[in-house]
Amino acid sequence: MKHLKPINQKAGRIEAQIARVAADQDVVGLQSRPEGPHIPLGCSLVFFPGWEVDSQGGTAGLCQPVERDLFDCHLACFWPAHVPDQLNHSVDWTGKCASAQKDWRKLDLVFP
Amino acid sequence: MTPLGLREFHPFEAAGERYVYMVPSAGVFRLDPPSAAVLDALGRGPRLPDEVICELSDRFPEDRLRDALSELVEIRAIGAAGAPREQVVNDLPPEGFPLTTMVLNVTNKCNLACTYCYEYGEDKIVDTKFGDQPKFMADETARESVEFLLKESGALPVAHLTFFGGETLLNFPVLQDTVAYARRRAAEEGKRIEFSLTTNATLLRPEIIEWLAENQIGVTVSIDGPKEMQDRMRVFHSGRGSYETVKPRIKELLRVHRTRPIGARVTLTRENLDIRRIFDHLTEEMGFWEVGFAPVTTDANRDYALEDEGLEDMLRQFGELARDWLEATVRNRHHGFSNVKDTLEEIHKGVSKAYPCGAGLGLMGVSTSGDVGLCHRFAGSDEHRMGTVAAGIDRERQLEFLEQHHIRNKTDCHTCWARPICSGGCYHESHVRYGSTTGPNLHFCTWVRSWTHTCLEIYGELAERNPDYLSRFDA
Repeated sequence: MKHLKPINQKAGRIEAQIARVAADQDVVGLQSRPEGPHIPLGCSLVFFPGWEVDSQGGTAGLCQPVERDLFDCHLACFWPAHVPDQLNHSVDWTGKCASAQKDWRKLDLVFP
Repeated sequence: MTPLGLREFHPFEAAGERYVYMVPSAGVFRLDPPSAAVLDALGRGPRLPDEVICELSDRFPEDRLRDALSELVEIRAIGAAGAPREQVVNDLPPEGFPLTTMVLNVTNKCNLACTYCYEYGEDKIVDTKFGDQPKFMADETARESVEFLLKESGALPVAHLTFFGGETLLNFPVLQDTVAYARRRAAEEGKRIEFSLTTNATLLRPEIIEWLAENQIGVTVSIDGPKEMQDRMRVFHSGRGSYETVKPRIKELLRVHRTRPIGARVTLTRENLDIRRIFDHLTEEMGFWEVGFAPVTTDANRDYALEDEGLEDMLRQFGELARDWLEATVRNRHHGFSNVKDTLEEIHKGVSKAYPCGAGLGLMGVSTSGDVGLCHRFAGSDEHRMGTVAAGIDRERQLEFLEQHHIRNKTDCHTCWARPICSGGCYHESHVRYGSTTGPNLHFCTWVRSWTHTCLEIYGELAERNPDYLSRFDA
Protein backbone atom coordinates (compact mmCIF):
# COMPACT_ATOMS: atom_id res chain seq x y z
CA MET A 1 0.00 0.00 0.00
CA LYS A 2 1.33 3.37 -0.96
CA HIS A 3 -0.76 5.74 1.11
CA LEU A 4 -1.98 3.79 4.11
CA LYS A 5 0.54 2.23 6.46
CA PRO A 6 -0.70 -0.85 8.34
CA ILE A 7 0.31 -0.43 11.97
CA ASN A 8 -1.20 -3.29 13.95
CA GLN A 9 -1.33 -7.01 13.19
CA LYS A 10 -4.91 -6.87 11.98
CA ALA A 11 -4.04 -4.13 9.50
CA GLY A 12 -1.21 -6.32 8.26
CA ARG A 13 -3.64 -9.15 7.66
CA ILE A 14 -6.05 -6.80 5.88
CA GLU A 15 -3.24 -5.62 3.62
CA ALA A 16 -2.28 -9.21 2.83
CA GLN A 17 -5.89 -10.10 2.08
CA ILE A 18 -6.25 -7.14 -0.29
CA ALA A 19 -3.06 -8.13 -2.08
CA ARG A 20 -4.28 -11.70 -2.47
CA VAL A 21 -7.61 -10.57 -3.88
CA ALA A 22 -5.91 -8.19 -6.25
CA ALA A 23 -3.42 -10.79 -7.39
CA ASP A 24 -5.58 -13.67 -8.38
CA GLN A 25 -8.87 -13.79 -6.57
CA ASP A 26 -10.55 -10.90 -8.23
CA VAL A 27 -12.42 -13.30 -10.42
CA VAL A 28 -13.14 -16.71 -8.96
CA GLY A 29 -14.68 -19.82 -10.31
CA LEU A 30 -17.93 -20.53 -8.52
CA GLN A 31 -16.77 -24.03 -7.72
CA SER A 32 -13.75 -22.70 -5.83
CA ARG A 33 -14.21 -21.25 -2.39
CA PRO A 34 -12.85 -17.75 -2.12
CA GLU A 35 -11.79 -16.40 1.26
CA GLY A 36 -14.36 -14.31 2.99
CA PRO A 37 -17.72 -13.09 1.72
CA HIS A 38 -17.69 -12.65 -2.01
CA ILE A 39 -20.15 -10.63 -4.03
CA PRO A 40 -22.05 -11.97 -5.93
CA LEU A 41 -23.23 -14.71 -3.58
CA GLY A 42 -25.05 -17.81 -4.56
CA CYS A 43 -24.60 -20.76 -6.81
CA SER A 44 -26.57 -19.81 -9.84
CA LEU A 45 -26.30 -16.06 -9.77
CA VAL A 46 -23.49 -15.67 -12.21
CA PHE A 47 -23.86 -11.99 -12.66
CA PHE A 48 -26.23 -10.25 -10.37
CA PRO A 49 -25.62 -6.54 -10.27
CA GLY A 50 -28.64 -5.78 -8.14
CA TRP A 51 -32.33 -5.93 -8.05
CA GLU A 52 -35.15 -3.54 -8.57
CA VAL A 53 -38.19 -2.80 -6.50
CA ASP A 54 -41.38 -1.36 -7.80
CA SER A 55 -43.04 1.76 -6.47
CA GLN A 56 -44.58 -0.28 -3.66
CA GLY A 57 -41.18 -1.55 -2.54
CA GLY A 58 -41.97 -5.06 -3.70
CA THR A 59 -41.34 -7.10 -6.78
CA ALA A 60 -44.92 -7.75 -7.85
CA GLY A 61 -45.05 -4.86 -10.23
CA LEU A 62 -41.83 -5.59 -12.01
CA CYS A 63 -42.07 -8.64 -14.14
CA GLN A 64 -45.61 -9.38 -15.05
CA PRO A 65 -46.76 -11.64 -16.54
CA VAL A 66 -44.01 -13.99 -15.26
CA GLU A 67 -44.25 -12.90 -11.63
CA ARG A 68 -43.48 -15.64 -9.13
CA ASP A 69 -42.92 -18.16 -11.83
CA LEU A 70 -40.13 -19.93 -10.03
CA PHE A 71 -39.73 -20.77 -6.39
CA ASP A 72 -36.61 -18.65 -6.34
CA CYS A 73 -38.57 -15.59 -7.36
CA HIS A 74 -39.55 -15.40 -3.71
CA LEU A 75 -35.97 -15.41 -2.46
CA ALA A 76 -33.97 -13.42 -5.00
CA CYS A 77 -35.48 -11.73 -7.96
CA PHE A 78 -34.53 -13.13 -11.32
CA TRP A 79 -35.50 -9.98 -13.05
CA PRO A 80 -35.37 -11.37 -16.56
CA ALA A 81 -32.37 -9.56 -17.97
CA HIS A 82 -30.37 -9.41 -14.74
CA VAL A 83 -29.74 -5.77 -15.32
CA PRO A 84 -30.91 -2.62 -13.57
CA ASP A 85 -33.55 -0.34 -14.99
CA GLN A 86 -31.61 1.74 -17.47
CA LEU A 87 -34.61 3.83 -18.43
CA ASN A 88 -35.30 5.41 -15.07
CA HIS A 89 -33.02 4.47 -12.22
CA SER A 90 -29.58 3.60 -13.55
CA VAL A 91 -29.42 5.46 -16.80
CA ASP A 92 -25.63 5.56 -16.85
CA TRP A 93 -25.09 2.00 -15.82
CA THR A 94 -23.17 1.14 -18.98
CA GLY A 95 -21.70 4.61 -19.33
CA LYS A 96 -18.12 3.38 -18.85
CA CYS A 97 -18.60 0.05 -20.55
CA ALA A 98 -17.93 0.61 -24.21
CA SER A 99 -16.93 -2.99 -24.77
CA ALA A 100 -18.50 -5.53 -22.42
CA GLN A 101 -15.64 -7.94 -23.04
CA LYS A 102 -13.06 -5.51 -21.76
CA ASP A 103 -14.96 -3.12 -19.51
CA TRP A 104 -17.31 -5.42 -17.63
CA ARG A 105 -15.56 -4.64 -14.33
CA LYS A 106 -16.86 -1.11 -14.62
CA LEU A 107 -20.44 -2.25 -14.26
CA ASP A 108 -21.24 -1.53 -10.67
CA LEU A 109 -23.62 -3.07 -8.14
CA VAL A 110 -26.96 -1.31 -7.76
CA PHE A 111 -28.77 -1.04 -4.47
CA PRO A 112 -32.49 -0.39 -4.31
CA MET B 1 -20.97 6.03 -10.82
CA THR B 2 -22.05 5.97 -7.27
CA PRO B 3 -21.00 8.69 -4.89
CA LEU B 4 -18.63 7.62 -2.14
CA GLY B 5 -19.16 8.26 1.54
CA LEU B 6 -17.39 7.54 4.79
CA ARG B 7 -17.80 4.10 6.31
CA GLU B 8 -17.08 3.20 9.89
CA PHE B 9 -13.81 4.06 11.58
CA HIS B 10 -12.51 6.07 14.51
CA PRO B 11 -9.85 8.68 13.73
CA PHE B 12 -7.08 9.58 16.16
CA GLU B 13 -3.76 11.38 16.15
CA ALA B 14 -0.41 10.53 17.62
CA ALA B 15 3.11 11.93 17.29
CA GLY B 16 1.89 14.41 14.70
CA GLU B 17 0.40 11.75 12.43
CA ARG B 18 -3.17 10.84 11.63
CA TYR B 19 -4.53 7.34 12.07
CA VAL B 20 -7.75 5.43 11.62
CA TYR B 21 -9.02 2.59 13.81
CA MET B 22 -11.19 0.60 11.43
CA VAL B 23 -14.55 -0.65 12.66
CA PRO B 24 -15.33 -3.47 12.96
CA SER B 25 -12.14 -4.99 11.52
CA ALA B 26 -9.97 -3.26 14.18
CA GLY B 27 -7.14 -2.62 11.74
CA VAL B 28 -5.05 0.46 12.58
CA PHE B 29 -3.66 2.37 9.59
CA ARG B 30 -1.59 5.53 9.41
CA LEU B 31 -2.75 8.07 6.84
CA ASP B 32 -0.56 10.15 4.58
CA PRO B 33 -1.51 13.66 3.40
CA PRO B 34 -3.43 12.61 0.24
CA SER B 35 -5.45 9.92 2.03
CA ALA B 36 -6.15 12.27 4.93
CA ALA B 37 -7.33 14.93 2.49
CA VAL B 38 -9.67 12.46 0.77
CA LEU B 39 -11.21 11.49 4.11
CA ASP B 40 -11.63 15.12 5.07
CA ALA B 41 -13.34 15.91 1.77
CA LEU B 42 -15.74 12.99 2.14
CA GLY B 43 -16.25 13.90 5.76
CA ARG B 44 -18.17 16.90 4.53
CA GLY B 45 -20.64 14.65 2.71
CA PRO B 46 -20.79 11.96 0.02
CA ARG B 47 -19.21 12.95 -3.30
CA LEU B 48 -18.48 11.40 -6.64
CA PRO B 49 -14.87 10.21 -6.78
CA ASP B 50 -14.08 12.45 -9.73
CA GLU B 51 -15.36 15.48 -7.83
CA VAL B 52 -13.14 14.71 -4.87
CA ILE B 53 -10.12 14.27 -7.06
CA CYS B 54 -10.90 17.46 -8.92
CA GLU B 55 -11.27 19.41 -5.69
CA LEU B 56 -7.93 18.20 -4.33
CA SER B 57 -5.97 18.26 -7.59
CA ASP B 58 -4.33 21.57 -6.76
CA ARG B 59 -2.70 19.99 -3.70
CA PHE B 60 -1.85 16.49 -4.92
CA PRO B 61 -1.25 14.84 -8.31
CA GLU B 62 -4.32 13.08 -9.65
CA ASP B 63 -2.83 9.60 -9.84
CA ARG B 64 -1.81 9.71 -6.16
CA LEU B 65 -5.32 10.75 -5.23
CA ARG B 66 -6.78 7.87 -7.24
CA ASP B 67 -4.48 5.43 -5.52
CA ALA B 68 -5.31 6.84 -2.11
CA LEU B 69 -9.01 6.64 -2.92
CA SER B 70 -8.83 3.05 -4.02
CA GLU B 71 -6.79 2.01 -0.96
CA LEU B 72 -9.34 3.66 1.32
CA VAL B 73 -12.09 1.73 -0.49
CA GLU B 74 -10.15 -1.49 -0.07
CA ILE B 75 -9.80 -1.15 3.69
CA ARG B 76 -13.48 -0.07 3.79
CA ALA B 77 -12.83 3.36 5.19
CA ILE B 78 -14.99 4.69 2.38
CA GLY B 79 -17.59 3.01 0.20
CA ALA B 80 -20.73 3.49 -1.82
CA ALA B 81 -22.83 6.17 -0.15
CA GLY B 82 -26.16 4.82 0.95
CA ALA B 83 -24.97 1.22 0.85
CA PRO B 84 -26.68 -0.83 3.54
CA ARG B 85 -24.80 -0.94 6.80
CA GLU B 86 -22.75 -4.08 7.22
CA GLN B 87 -24.74 -6.42 9.40
CA VAL B 88 -23.12 -7.82 12.49
CA VAL B 89 -22.67 -11.43 11.58
CA ASN B 90 -23.79 -14.01 14.12
CA ASP B 91 -20.77 -16.23 13.74
CA LEU B 92 -20.61 -18.58 16.69
CA PRO B 93 -17.24 -19.97 17.76
CA PRO B 94 -16.41 -23.31 16.17
CA GLU B 95 -17.48 -26.44 17.99
CA GLY B 96 -14.85 -27.96 20.18
CA PHE B 97 -13.40 -24.60 21.19
CA PRO B 98 -10.89 -25.56 23.87
CA LEU B 99 -10.89 -24.46 27.48
CA THR B 100 -7.68 -22.52 28.17
CA THR B 101 -8.20 -21.41 31.76
CA MET B 102 -10.04 -22.89 34.69
CA VAL B 103 -10.49 -20.96 37.93
CA LEU B 104 -10.93 -23.17 40.99
CA ASN B 105 -12.84 -21.75 43.91
CA VAL B 106 -11.11 -23.75 46.64
CA THR B 107 -13.04 -22.15 49.50
CA ASN B 108 -15.98 -19.90 50.23
CA LYS B 109 -14.52 -18.73 53.51
CA CYS B 110 -12.48 -15.63 53.92
CA ASN B 111 -10.73 -14.20 56.94
CA LEU B 112 -11.43 -10.65 55.80
CA ALA B 113 -14.78 -8.90 55.53
CA CYS B 114 -14.31 -6.46 52.65
CA THR B 115 -17.76 -4.93 52.06
CA TYR B 116 -17.35 -4.54 48.34
CA CYS B 117 -16.35 -8.14 47.69
CA TYR B 118 -18.15 -9.37 44.61
CA GLU B 119 -18.02 -12.90 45.88
CA TYR B 120 -19.27 -12.50 49.41
CA GLY B 121 -20.12 -8.85 50.03
CA GLU B 122 -23.36 -6.92 49.65
CA ASP B 123 -23.85 -7.67 45.95
CA LYS B 124 -23.03 -11.35 46.02
CA ILE B 125 -24.87 -13.73 43.75
CA VAL B 126 -24.24 -16.98 45.59
CA ASP B 127 -25.71 -17.63 49.02
CA THR B 128 -22.71 -18.97 50.83
CA LYS B 129 -24.24 -18.94 54.30
CA PHE B 130 -27.31 -21.05 53.70
CA GLY B 131 -26.74 -22.43 50.23
CA ASP B 132 -25.53 -25.82 49.01
CA GLN B 133 -21.93 -25.03 48.37
CA PRO B 134 -19.47 -26.64 50.79
CA LYS B 135 -17.14 -24.25 52.63
CA PHE B 136 -14.06 -25.93 51.25
CA MET B 137 -13.43 -27.77 48.03
CA ALA B 138 -12.59 -31.40 48.73
CA ASP B 139 -9.44 -33.00 47.39
CA GLU B 140 -11.47 -35.32 45.21
CA THR B 141 -13.39 -32.46 43.60
CA ALA B 142 -10.12 -30.67 42.91
CA ARG B 143 -8.75 -33.77 41.19
CA GLU B 144 -11.92 -34.13 39.14
CA SER B 145 -11.47 -30.51 38.16
CA VAL B 146 -7.95 -31.20 36.95
CA GLU B 147 -9.25 -34.07 34.82
CA PHE B 148 -11.96 -31.75 33.53
CA LEU B 149 -9.37 -29.16 32.51
CA LEU B 150 -7.13 -31.73 30.86
CA LYS B 151 -10.04 -33.11 28.87
CA GLU B 152 -11.71 -29.84 27.89
CA SER B 153 -8.46 -28.15 26.89
CA GLY B 154 -8.36 -30.55 23.96
CA ALA B 155 -5.21 -30.32 21.89
CA LEU B 156 -3.78 -27.26 23.62
CA PRO B 157 -0.24 -27.95 24.86
CA VAL B 158 -0.60 -25.53 27.78
CA ALA B 159 -3.58 -24.99 30.07
CA HIS B 160 -3.99 -22.56 32.98
CA LEU B 161 -5.27 -23.29 36.44
CA THR B 162 -5.99 -20.39 38.76
CA PHE B 163 -6.83 -20.87 42.42
CA PHE B 164 -9.37 -18.49 43.89
CA GLY B 165 -11.69 -18.09 46.89
CA GLY B 166 -12.81 -16.68 49.47
CA GLU B 167 -9.29 -16.51 50.75
CA THR B 168 -7.47 -19.08 48.66
CA LEU B 169 -4.75 -19.86 51.19
CA LEU B 170 -7.30 -21.02 53.76
CA ASN B 171 -7.35 -24.27 51.81
CA PHE B 172 -3.58 -24.65 51.45
CA PRO B 173 -3.53 -28.45 51.81
CA VAL B 174 -5.79 -28.83 48.77
CA LEU B 175 -3.62 -26.37 46.84
CA GLN B 176 -0.55 -28.42 47.52
CA ASP B 177 -2.17 -31.70 46.58
CA THR B 178 -3.82 -30.31 43.48
CA VAL B 179 -0.68 -28.75 42.06
CA ALA B 180 1.27 -31.96 42.55
CA TYR B 181 -1.54 -34.04 41.05
CA ALA B 182 -2.07 -31.67 38.13
CA ARG B 183 1.63 -31.58 37.27
CA ARG B 184 1.85 -35.34 37.19
CA ARG B 185 -1.35 -35.83 35.20
CA ALA B 186 -0.52 -33.09 32.72
CA ALA B 187 2.86 -34.67 32.01
CA GLU B 188 1.13 -38.02 31.46
CA GLU B 189 -1.16 -36.36 28.91
CA GLY B 190 1.74 -34.61 27.18
CA LYS B 191 0.61 -31.18 28.33
CA ARG B 192 1.76 -28.53 30.73
CA ILE B 193 -0.36 -26.68 33.29
CA GLU B 194 0.57 -23.22 34.52
CA PHE B 195 -0.66 -22.17 37.93
CA SER B 196 -1.61 -18.91 39.53
CA LEU B 197 -3.58 -17.73 42.51
CA THR B 198 -5.14 -14.68 44.10
CA THR B 199 -4.76 -13.94 47.79
CA ASN B 200 -5.31 -11.19 50.34
CA ALA B 201 -1.77 -11.88 51.63
CA THR B 202 -2.78 -12.15 55.29
CA LEU B 203 -1.87 -15.86 55.45
CA LEU B 204 1.46 -15.82 53.65
CA ARG B 205 3.46 -17.98 56.04
CA PRO B 206 7.11 -18.68 55.15
CA GLU B 207 6.42 -22.25 54.09
CA ILE B 208 3.60 -21.07 51.82
CA ILE B 209 5.88 -18.48 50.24
CA GLU B 210 8.50 -21.14 49.70
CA TRP B 211 5.96 -23.47 48.12
CA LEU B 212 4.78 -20.69 45.79
CA ALA B 213 8.33 -20.00 44.67
CA GLU B 214 9.29 -23.66 44.25
CA ASN B 215 6.17 -24.40 42.23
CA GLN B 216 6.36 -21.25 40.11
CA ILE B 217 2.87 -20.11 40.98
CA GLY B 218 1.92 -16.70 39.62
CA VAL B 219 0.54 -14.58 42.45
CA THR B 220 -1.94 -11.73 42.44
CA VAL B 221 -2.35 -9.89 45.72
CA SER B 222 -5.61 -8.06 46.36
CA ILE B 223 -4.57 -4.81 47.99
CA ASP B 224 -5.95 -1.29 47.85
CA GLY B 225 -2.90 0.86 48.49
CA PRO B 226 -1.20 2.57 51.45
CA LYS B 227 -2.45 1.99 54.98
CA GLU B 228 -5.30 4.50 55.08
CA MET B 229 -6.74 3.17 51.83
CA GLN B 230 -6.21 -0.49 52.58
CA ASP B 231 -7.74 -0.23 56.05
CA ARG B 232 -10.82 1.57 54.84
CA MET B 233 -12.38 -1.40 53.09
CA ARG B 234 -10.08 -4.40 53.51
CA VAL B 235 -10.79 -5.20 57.15
CA PHE B 236 -10.94 -8.26 59.38
CA HIS B 237 -14.32 -9.32 60.76
CA SER B 238 -13.50 -7.32 63.86
CA GLY B 239 -13.24 -4.16 61.78
CA ARG B 240 -9.47 -3.93 62.23
CA GLY B 241 -7.52 -2.94 59.13
CA SER B 242 -5.31 -5.52 57.44
CA TYR B 243 -2.44 -3.33 56.24
CA GLU B 244 -0.07 -3.99 59.14
CA THR B 245 -0.67 -7.71 58.71
CA VAL B 246 -0.11 -7.88 54.97
CA LYS B 247 2.80 -5.47 54.61
CA PRO B 248 5.58 -7.64 56.06
CA ARG B 249 4.14 -10.74 54.39
CA ILE B 250 4.07 -9.10 50.99
CA LYS B 251 7.61 -7.85 51.42
CA GLU B 252 8.73 -11.34 52.29
CA LEU B 253 6.87 -12.79 49.31
CA LEU B 254 8.52 -10.31 46.95
CA ARG B 255 11.92 -11.00 48.45
CA VAL B 256 11.74 -14.79 48.18
CA HIS B 257 9.48 -15.52 45.20
CA ARG B 258 11.31 -14.54 42.03
CA THR B 259 10.17 -17.25 39.60
CA ARG B 260 6.98 -15.56 38.41
CA PRO B 261 5.85 -11.91 38.29
CA ILE B 262 3.79 -10.80 41.26
CA GLY B 263 1.04 -8.30 40.66
CA ALA B 264 -1.25 -6.23 42.83
CA ARG B 265 -4.94 -5.87 42.14
CA VAL B 266 -6.55 -2.69 43.43
CA THR B 267 -10.27 -2.06 43.81
CA LEU B 268 -11.20 1.56 43.28
CA THR B 269 -14.20 2.98 45.13
CA ARG B 270 -15.63 6.42 45.61
CA GLU B 271 -13.38 7.01 48.61
CA ASN B 272 -10.37 5.29 47.13
CA LEU B 273 -9.37 7.09 43.94
CA ASP B 274 -5.90 8.48 44.52
CA ILE B 275 -4.54 6.28 41.79
CA ARG B 276 -1.12 7.91 41.47
CA ARG B 277 -0.47 7.57 45.19
CA ILE B 278 -1.66 3.96 45.24
CA PHE B 279 0.49 3.09 42.25
CA ASP B 280 3.62 4.72 43.64
CA HIS B 281 3.15 3.10 47.02
CA LEU B 282 2.60 -0.38 45.65
CA THR B 283 5.46 -0.27 43.17
CA GLU B 284 8.06 1.78 45.01
CA GLU B 285 7.42 1.14 48.67
CA MET B 286 6.04 -2.39 48.44
CA GLY B 287 7.90 -3.54 45.33
CA PHE B 288 5.16 -5.05 43.14
CA TRP B 289 6.15 -5.60 39.53
CA GLU B 290 2.71 -4.66 38.22
CA VAL B 291 -0.48 -3.03 39.46
CA GLY B 292 -3.91 -3.52 37.92
CA PHE B 293 -6.78 -1.26 38.88
CA ALA B 294 -10.43 -2.19 38.73
CA PRO B 295 -13.39 0.01 39.59
CA VAL B 296 -15.63 -1.72 42.13
CA THR B 297 -18.42 -3.85 40.68
CA THR B 298 -21.54 -2.89 42.54
CA ASP B 299 -25.13 -1.96 42.39
CA ALA B 300 -25.45 1.75 41.66
CA ASN B 301 -26.90 2.49 45.09
CA ARG B 302 -23.91 1.48 47.19
CA ASP B 303 -22.24 4.39 48.88
CA TYR B 304 -18.85 3.25 47.69
CA ALA B 305 -19.97 2.99 44.05
CA LEU B 306 -18.22 5.23 41.56
CA GLU B 307 -20.45 7.92 40.13
CA ASP B 308 -19.88 10.06 37.07
CA GLU B 309 -17.31 12.37 38.69
CA GLY B 310 -15.51 9.34 40.06
CA LEU B 311 -15.39 7.74 36.63
CA GLU B 312 -14.09 10.96 35.09
CA ASP B 313 -11.46 11.27 37.78
CA MET B 314 -10.42 7.66 37.23
CA LEU B 315 -10.17 8.28 33.49
CA ARG B 316 -8.01 11.36 33.96
CA GLN B 317 -5.64 9.61 36.33
CA PHE B 318 -5.47 6.52 34.14
CA GLY B 319 -4.49 8.84 31.30
CA GLU B 320 -1.66 10.34 33.35
CA LEU B 321 -0.33 6.93 34.36
CA ALA B 322 -0.64 5.76 30.76
CA ARG B 323 1.53 8.68 29.63
CA ASP B 324 4.11 7.77 32.25
CA TRP B 325 3.97 4.19 31.00
CA LEU B 326 4.55 5.42 27.46
CA GLU B 327 7.55 7.57 28.37
CA ALA B 328 9.13 4.66 30.22
CA THR B 329 8.36 2.17 27.48
CA VAL B 330 9.83 4.22 24.63
CA ARG B 331 13.05 4.06 26.64
CA ASN B 332 12.61 0.31 27.13
CA ARG B 333 12.19 0.77 30.87
CA HIS B 334 9.59 -1.22 32.76
CA HIS B 335 6.47 0.50 34.09
CA GLY B 336 3.96 -1.49 36.10
CA PHE B 337 0.64 0.04 35.01
CA SER B 338 -0.89 -3.14 33.62
CA ASN B 339 -4.26 -1.69 32.56
CA VAL B 340 -2.72 0.19 29.65
CA LYS B 341 -0.48 -2.69 28.64
CA ASP B 342 -3.46 -5.06 28.46
CA THR B 343 -5.44 -2.67 26.26
CA LEU B 344 -2.46 -2.03 23.98
CA GLU B 345 -2.05 -5.74 23.47
CA GLU B 346 -5.63 -5.99 22.23
CA ILE B 347 -5.18 -2.97 19.96
CA HIS B 348 -2.00 -4.44 18.54
CA LYS B 349 -3.60 -7.77 17.76
CA GLY B 350 -6.62 -6.00 16.31
CA VAL B 351 -9.17 -8.03 18.26
CA SER B 352 -12.73 -7.75 17.06
CA LYS B 353 -14.75 -9.45 19.71
CA ALA B 354 -18.09 -11.20 19.39
CA TYR B 355 -18.01 -11.59 23.18
CA PRO B 356 -16.51 -9.31 25.84
CA CYS B 357 -14.37 -12.07 27.27
CA GLY B 358 -13.79 -15.80 27.17
CA ALA B 359 -16.19 -16.66 30.00
CA GLY B 360 -18.23 -19.75 29.27
CA LEU B 361 -15.96 -20.53 26.35
CA GLY B 362 -12.21 -20.45 26.95
CA LEU B 363 -12.47 -19.65 30.63
CA MET B 364 -14.66 -21.25 33.29
CA GLY B 365 -14.99 -21.10 37.03
CA VAL B 366 -15.52 -24.10 39.31
CA SER B 367 -17.34 -23.83 42.63
CA THR B 368 -16.40 -25.69 45.79
CA SER B 369 -18.95 -28.39 44.96
CA GLY B 370 -17.61 -28.92 41.44
CA ASP B 371 -20.27 -26.96 39.58
CA VAL B 372 -18.87 -25.28 36.50
CA GLY B 373 -19.90 -21.65 36.04
CA LEU B 374 -19.31 -18.98 33.43
CA CYS B 375 -16.32 -17.70 35.34
CA HIS B 376 -15.07 -17.36 38.93
CA ARG B 377 -17.55 -14.57 39.59
CA PHE B 378 -20.44 -16.91 38.79
CA ALA B 379 -19.07 -20.07 40.37
CA GLY B 380 -21.80 -21.62 42.52
CA SER B 381 -24.64 -19.68 40.93
CA ASP B 382 -27.33 -22.11 39.77
CA GLU B 383 -28.59 -19.73 37.12
CA HIS B 384 -25.19 -19.55 35.45
CA ARG B 385 -24.10 -23.15 35.72
CA MET B 386 -22.54 -24.61 32.59
CA GLY B 387 -22.06 -28.16 33.82
CA THR B 388 -20.08 -30.03 36.45
CA VAL B 389 -16.51 -31.21 36.56
CA ALA B 390 -17.75 -34.78 36.90
CA ALA B 391 -20.15 -34.76 33.96
CA GLY B 392 -18.42 -32.14 31.81
CA ILE B 393 -19.69 -29.05 30.02
CA ASP B 394 -23.37 -29.01 29.16
CA ARG B 395 -22.99 -28.26 25.45
CA GLU B 396 -26.63 -27.31 24.96
CA ARG B 397 -26.43 -24.82 27.77
CA GLN B 398 -23.16 -23.48 26.42
CA LEU B 399 -24.61 -23.04 22.95
CA GLU B 400 -27.60 -21.25 24.41
CA PHE B 401 -25.28 -18.96 26.33
CA LEU B 402 -23.16 -18.22 23.26
CA GLU B 403 -26.19 -17.49 21.12
CA GLN B 404 -27.78 -15.21 23.73
CA HIS B 405 -24.66 -13.18 24.48
CA HIS B 406 -23.30 -12.62 20.98
CA ILE B 407 -22.71 -8.98 20.17
CA ARG B 408 -25.27 -9.30 17.40
CA ASN B 409 -27.93 -9.13 20.11
CA LYS B 410 -26.49 -6.04 21.78
CA THR B 411 -28.13 -3.48 19.56
CA ASP B 412 -26.87 -0.59 21.68
CA CYS B 413 -23.38 -1.60 20.69
CA HIS B 414 -23.92 -1.70 16.96
CA THR B 415 -23.28 2.00 16.43
CA CYS B 416 -20.37 2.27 18.86
CA TRP B 417 -16.88 2.48 17.35
CA ALA B 418 -15.31 0.80 20.38
CA ARG B 419 -17.30 -2.39 20.02
CA PRO B 420 -14.49 -4.51 18.53
CA ILE B 421 -12.54 -4.16 21.76
CA CYS B 422 -15.39 -3.81 24.27
CA SER B 423 -18.30 -5.89 22.98
CA GLY B 424 -20.50 -4.81 25.88
CA GLY B 425 -18.20 -5.47 28.82
CA CYS B 426 -18.17 -7.87 31.77
CA TYR B 427 -21.19 -10.20 32.21
CA HIS B 428 -20.94 -10.02 35.98
CA GLU B 429 -20.81 -6.24 36.00
CA SER B 430 -23.96 -6.25 33.89
CA HIS B 431 -25.68 -8.78 36.11
CA VAL B 432 -24.97 -6.82 39.29
CA ARG B 433 -26.04 -3.53 37.75
CA TYR B 434 -29.00 -4.60 35.59
CA GLY B 435 -29.99 -8.05 36.81
CA SER B 436 -29.01 -9.81 33.60
CA THR B 437 -25.83 -10.87 31.89
CA THR B 438 -27.13 -10.29 28.39
CA GLY B 439 -27.03 -6.50 28.10
CA PRO B 440 -24.07 -4.17 27.60
CA ASN B 441 -22.73 -2.08 30.48
CA LEU B 442 -24.24 1.20 29.39
CA HIS B 443 -23.00 2.97 32.51
CA PHE B 444 -19.46 2.45 31.22
CA CYS B 445 -19.86 3.33 27.54
CA THR B 446 -18.50 6.85 27.68
CA TRP B 447 -15.65 5.76 29.89
CA VAL B 448 -14.68 2.86 27.66
CA ARG B 449 -14.67 5.01 24.54
CA SER B 450 -12.54 7.66 26.22
CA TRP B 451 -10.09 5.14 27.64
CA THR B 452 -9.83 3.26 24.34
CA HIS B 453 -9.20 6.56 22.53
CA THR B 454 -6.40 7.37 24.98
CA CYS B 455 -4.90 3.93 24.45
CA LEU B 456 -5.09 4.33 20.67
CA GLU B 457 -3.12 7.59 20.99
CA ILE B 458 -0.57 5.84 23.19
CA TYR B 459 -0.41 2.98 20.71
CA GLY B 460 0.14 5.28 17.75
CA GLU B 461 2.93 7.10 19.54
CA LEU B 462 4.56 3.85 20.61
CA ALA B 463 4.39 2.60 17.02
CA GLU B 464 6.33 5.72 16.00
CA ARG B 465 8.88 5.92 18.80
CA ASN B 466 9.51 2.29 19.79
CA PRO B 467 7.86 -0.09 17.31
CA ASP B 468 10.09 -3.00 18.36
CA TYR B 469 8.38 -3.09 21.74
CA LEU B 470 5.08 -4.02 20.07
CA SER B 471 6.42 -7.30 18.73
CA ARG B 472 6.08 -8.80 22.22
CA PHE B 473 2.30 -8.59 21.68
CA ASP B 474 2.41 -10.47 18.39
CA ALA B 475 -0.11 -13.26 18.36
